[in-house]
Amino acid sequence: MSGTLGTRLFLAGITLVLAVLLLPKAINDPGFFLQIVIYGTADGAIFALIALGYTMVYGIIELINFAHGDIFTLGYFIAIPLIGAFGLSEGSPVSIGMIVVLLVVTAIVMVIDGGINVVIERVAYRPLRSAPRLAILITAVGVSFILEGIMYVWQGANNVHFPDLLPDTRFPLFGASLAVKDIIVIVSALVLVVLLNVFINGTKLGKAMRATAQDREAAQLMGININRTIAATFFIGAALAAAGGIIFGLYFNNIRFDEGFIAGLFAFTAAVFGGIGNIQGAALGGLFIGLVQAFSNSYYQAALTDVWIFAILILVLVFRPAGLLGMQVPEK
Amino acid sequence: MSRPLPRSDAPMRWAMGTFKDRNRTIYTLLIIGVLLWPSIADVTTGGSGNHLVSTAADAGVYVLLAIGLNVVVGFAGLLDLGYAAFFAIGAYTVGLFASGQLSGSPLQHEFHVPFWVLILAAMFIAAAFGAILGAPTLRLRGDYLAIVTLGFGEIVPRVFRFLGAGSPIGNWTGGVNGISAIDPPKLPGFISGPWFGSPIQFVAPFDFSDSNWAPMDFYWLIVLLVAICIVLATNLYNSRLGRAWMAVREDEVAAAASGINTVAIKLLAFSIGASFAGLAGCYYGAKLSLVSSENFEFIVSVSILIMVVLGGMGNIPGVIVGALTIYIVQFFVLTNLPDYAVALSNLVGLGFLNQSGPGWVGLHDEVQRLNYIVFGLILVVVMLLRPQGLFPSRIREQELEKGTAEEAVFDVREATD
Repeated sequence: MSGTLGTRLFLAGITLVLAVLLLPKAINDPGFFLQIVIYGTADGAIFALIALGYTMVYGIIELINFAHGDIFTLGYFIAIPLIGAFGLSEGSPVSIGMIVVLLVVTAIVMVIDGGINVVIERVAYRPLRSAPRLAILITAVGVSFILEGIMYVWQGANNVHFPDLLPDTRFPLFGASLAVKDIIVIVSALVLVVLLNVFINGTKLGKAMRATAQDREAAQLMGININRTIAATFFIGAALAAAGGIIFGLYFNNIRFDEGFIAGLFAFTAAVFGGIGNIQGAALGGLFIGLVQAFSNSYYQAALTDVWIFAILILVLVFRPAGLLGMQVPEK
Repeated sequence: MSRPLPRSDAPMRWAMGTFKDRNRTIYTLLIIGVLLWPSIADVTTGGSGNHLVSTAADAGVYVLLAIGLNVVVGFAGLLDLGYAAFFAIGAYTVGLFASGQLSGSPLQHEFHVPFWVLILAAMFIAAAFGAILGAPTLRLRGDYLAIVTLGFGEIVPRVFRFLGAGSPIGNWTGGVNGISAIDPPKLPGFISGPWFGSPIQFVAPFDFSDSNWAPMDFYWLIVLLVAICIVLATNLYNSRLGRAWMAVREDEVAAAASGINTVAIKLLAFSIGASFAGLAGCYYGAKLSLVSSENFEFIVSVSILIMVVLGGMGNIPGVIVGALTIYIVQFFVLTNLPDYAVALSNLVGLGFLNQSGPGWVGLHDEVQRLNYIVFGLILVVVMLLRPQGLFPSRIREQELEKGTAEEAVFDVREATD
């Protein structure tokens, strides 16, 4: 992580502040500290999955896609009836069959949610691509309202319960306890991030995405189908958010129709923190946000957690505007 | 009426001229509407129009906010996603310094600063916060400013909510409950009369919250404030500073090369925009006599932005129309839509729809559930049909037409390969 002197000072400052704030607590009760780290990592993994979609969409068409958080919630909502349709319910015995069914359900939901996002892009964003940039931002807000409205009409204004399918087994670990759920959440998020990385860097479509993000017109002149590439970006972003929604459901079991929006804002913060447009950056940013949230909730005032997260966002932008892993991009 | 208009009849000629100039038409209609509104409200409700007048005064707050955000977004082209934060700062200024709130704080002393002083103070404080936030971030790329303001907009209401009873540094802001019993504006003496819905009399001291003339005086106060702000914003737009803002908006590099100090200019736009929100917040707190952190959430910032973009960025009359339209949709149409639906179904003989049954909670509640979808659809459809807004400024309109023409050429090239 090289950079200017200011950047280094800033990173050193962050490290110092974190050390001063957290080291005494960690030494005082290492088991509890580790527990918070586990919890924050699992939470951060979910933020990372949402942040990936944000960062990809922003990278390719420079849109802050306010509807993305609701796409995440929609994945959660769609999965519930599907799980029921496959005959799974709370208390179903854990078996290989159940895991296969869960994977199938996840795949179906990812495709449905991705398809919905492609339709949204086609109807609400593509016609406005050459319009003033704020117009498309407003339609994104409008789409967010529509999605929330649909989920509200569908499931009501209360918390919607997700069947608690995973076993509650816990292993002791250096004074903390590691749940099977934690492992599943972290591992599945990790697998998805790695797959996405392979896709972006190793396939032709991924190459087209990177080219389009860099210079849309030049990419078009090279024979890349811009519309299809952007649609694919929206599809993948939504599919990852849908997977995040299901993982969230399996882990937390409750969400309300409008809670995805604020989760989306946090995920966006994560994307900016890691360097907007940067895949690894978004994953790292999500992890960081999850950890900050866990530490602040457990050690300090929970009411101020959001304040710290957004304050970090502002500080990062002031001192290292390209994010932790982003490159310095000159203004177009 | 084929008689030609006499040339000396200036008001008539002005009125005829309005039909050629869209903005003048809007202003004329607005002035007529504002003057007639109290009478219209009284007639349509059979003498109890106070509620409608009060609602119109609340709508005026959003008009103020939209005019202010238009300076930032429309004139200078900076995207502010946390504008409600400055609104909150203005409202909490009047809340803290014109109520008994601070007697419970570690200061143990309450302030009752007159409203008229607080208006200026709120504008100044909001502008100062705008400068503090803008100074380090305005050097960055345009989008980063949007993100920073988004973060700031999220932080401010949360901090106000946190600094209530039980916070480590004492109860300053009343926390979740907010601040209530805020002093109304007062004047040493004023003439009340039919314009305030009371007999002509000299009242000293004049208290704005007196129920003899309560919503009417607030209504005329916001009309006055909005009028002042329109004049201010229009003059800014036509000034050297306004032209500099436009230059920065269109091409920052070229503007800088022409000798414009772009950072200073943007900072001014940001601060001046914030001061308008401070003013609106101050009036809002004094009229409602209550400020609470939940009135300044992200959705408020987004709503104001929608008003500006939907009305037509950069064009003050357009922005006012946008603000009124969105306000009417949000607080009138959407809240009354279920009742309209019920009335309609009764009218056409589908009254059975109002019964609730399995999977159906009755037409009223079913329609109410659709509020989010209806509002979202309105935003998407209006933006798709008029991406430049309802009444964009002439200059922007021409720029946009030119822009789309260039895109069209590009599309042809795409189609041929």
